[in-house]
Amino acid sequence: MKKLSTGAAVLALSTTAITSVASAQDVEVLHWWTSGGEAAALNVLREDLAGGGIGWTDMPVAGGGGSDAMTVLRARVTAGDPPTAVQMLGFSIQDWAAEGALADLNALAEEQNWNEVVPEALQAFSTYEGNWVAAPVNVHSTNWVWANTALMEELGIEQPGTWEEFVAAMETAAEAGYTPLAHGGQAWQDATIFDSMVMGVGGPEFYQASMVDLDPEALGGAQMVEAFDRMATLRGFVDDNFSGRDWNLASAMVINGEALFQIMGDWAKGEFVNAGLTAGDEFQCFRVPGTEGTVTFNSDQFAMFGVEDEGDQASQVAMASAVMSPEFQIAFNVVKGSAPARTDIDASSFDACGQAAMADLAAAGESGGLFGSMAHGHANPPSIQNAMYDVITAHFNGEFDSATAAEEMVTAVELAQ
Amino acid sequence: MAATDPMLDSGADFRTRLQNWLPKIVLAPSFAVMVIFVYGFIAFTIYLSFTGSRMLPSFDLVGWQNYERLFRVRQWDTAIINLGIFAGLYIVISTIIGLMLAIFLDQKIRGEGFLRPIFLYPMALSFIVTGTAWKWFLDPAIGLEVTMQRWGWTSFEFDWIKDSDMAIYTIVIAAVWQSSGFVMAMFLAGLRGIDNEILKAAQMDGASNFQMYRRIILPQLRPAFLSAFVILSHLAIKSYDLVVAMTDGGPGTSTWLPALFMYEYTFTRNQMGIGAASAVIMLMTIAAIMVPYLYAELREQK
Repeated sequence: MKKLSTGAAVLALSTTAITSVASAQDVEVLHWWTSGGEAAALNVLREDLAGGGIGWTDMPVAGGGGSDAMTVLRARVTAGDPPTAVQMLGFSIQDWAAEGALADLNALAEEQNWNEVVPEALQAFSTYEGNWVAAPVNVHSTNWVWANTALMEELGIEQPGTWEEFVAAMETAAEAGYTPLAHGGQAWQDATIFDSMVMGVGGPEFYQASMVDLDPEALGGAQMVEAFDRMATLRGFVDDNFSGRDWNLASAMVINGEALFQIMGDWAKGEFVNAGLTAGDEFQCFRVPGTEGTVTFNSDQFAMFGVEDEGDQASQVAMASAVMSPEFQIAFNVVKGSAPARTDIDASSFDACGQAAMADLAAAGESGGLFGSMAHGHANPPSIQNAMYDVITAHFNGEFDSATAAEEMVTAVELAQ
Repeated sequence: MAATDPMLDSGADFRTRLQNWLPKIVLAPSFAVMVIFVYGFIAFTIYLSFTGSRMLPSFDLVGWQNYERLFRVRQWDTAIINLGIFAGLYIVISTIIGLMLAIFLDQKIRGEGFLRPIFLYPMALSFIVTGTAWKWFLDPAIGLEVTMQRWGWTSFEFDWIKDSDMAIYTIVIAAVWQSSGFVMAMFLAGLRGIDNEILKAAQMDGASNFQMYRRIILPQLRPAFLSAFVILSHLAIKSYDLVVAMTDGGPGTSTWLPALFMYEYTFTRNQMGIGAASAVIMLMTIAAIMVPYLYAELREQK
């Protein structure tokens, strides 16, 4: 009898599973937003969809940069069973679109006028051959410096406006026995700083030529050597134990007043806010000196995979629409620390740094100073990005001098193409 | 099989045939699985290494291009040099320590049964656990260095794991710690297998302990040396998890090993062709060690 009832229970369970699949009103979302704040932000979207009768099958894959999630995705797609929507960054979207794996969101984009409200530099990633394939969620800008206000006052440092002032401020901190620059020695963090150095040395033209167009002359030229020299200068300002440290531990050094500055994307703001500090008051955010007026960004997007079933397609469109709604963009980005992906959003619910980010983003979008970040896969494809990582991190760890590093950049990029 | 004996009806005939076939039938599934999932995939990888595969496997042949690129990539040089340092030191040091431990344990000491598992135990841990533990232990901010300094030895410094020239040696330390006990077990088994009569004869001829080890015991341990070498060298060539757990290839790219290279290029850099080429080179390296060994072993058995 017991056996029978277990059998019945199993049967009942399997029928529920079958019906829930067959109803086709669920979206299955693959993402790596597993930390507390990120999960809370995602809940906004989940509830929004639940209001429209669409269920949510969560498929979180832990791992900050999302490379584990991409491995899972590859397995799912190869097996012919892609999730409905996948959190994705930059060129991965283009790669998947080139494989013909993504759905077409043109009708919705047309209806909601995405072409007007999304900055063009961002559209380059959300569209493939003119078709919308992904819905952008946010814009993280990566050329921020985060600073501890109390420590700046103690050392008598003003917010630096030029590279020389920036270096001088860090020298002051070093003399007073503080760590001038909090940094984690992981390849992507080295590359995040490098983005700003390239932009600071040569401005938008040089950034475009070297990081985006991959022009060998720019990659191996004098300006590149200069950018590497600046990296070497920064290397002199990080503590000895930086290697392998996570970015949030580096942020904690600034929060605790052990270190003066950190160069990091605006996800670092979440750490400061969680520690109870207020933006613009107890901690400062300003653009890396030399990169004012430009923004290097990365943008989380939800790429929609091609599904056969019409019910699935409908819920996909509903999800994309919910992602692009101003309410979700505000609710999500206030929590996440980033700026919304549309430029027509009221900034009043954001903090000082958030408002600055939105203003900078809009201005850079107008003036052509908005560039995808190489460090975060928005300037060139992953193979080239990683080839650059290798050179940058090897140089930062003292394996090359600046001239050799610039030469290696040319070779590494050539081999990865 | 002609059934001339009237006692053998067709049923018995079927039974004999079944008995003949049964082992083959039972082995067939695992044999098939083995052929597909080991040799099939090896063949597939070799094929991929000649294609222009990037993110997903593709089937357009590009000739030797992936191999040419592989040998121009600087990380591959780093990985090969590191493998040389790592494998060389790892094999030699593990063998020496293992042999020493085995010789000491073989002195009919008390508590051998207690000591043996202690030395052997590290092998039961996965390399990930070993790596993480050693990473903490060697981290200057939380491990050995800061502890020594807190205890009063303020000039004590041991920050190899953060130094790109020295980091590969910390991986050797952890790997040797892991494997020496296992090598000891192999040598101990070898020592126990040596004929006591020969030793007694040598003793009567007045051979010293040192002479006995040098002239009689060590030469007789030749098979144990060979097995230790083969096992350690293939562990070294395929080692991946220890590096990932301890340094993740860093500082910079200074502790890359070929296995790490293969994984990175195949699965995170969308350069599957080059990754496959590096896997083929690794396979050939292992084959270069294993084939002569197996050949020698199998010939001896005839």
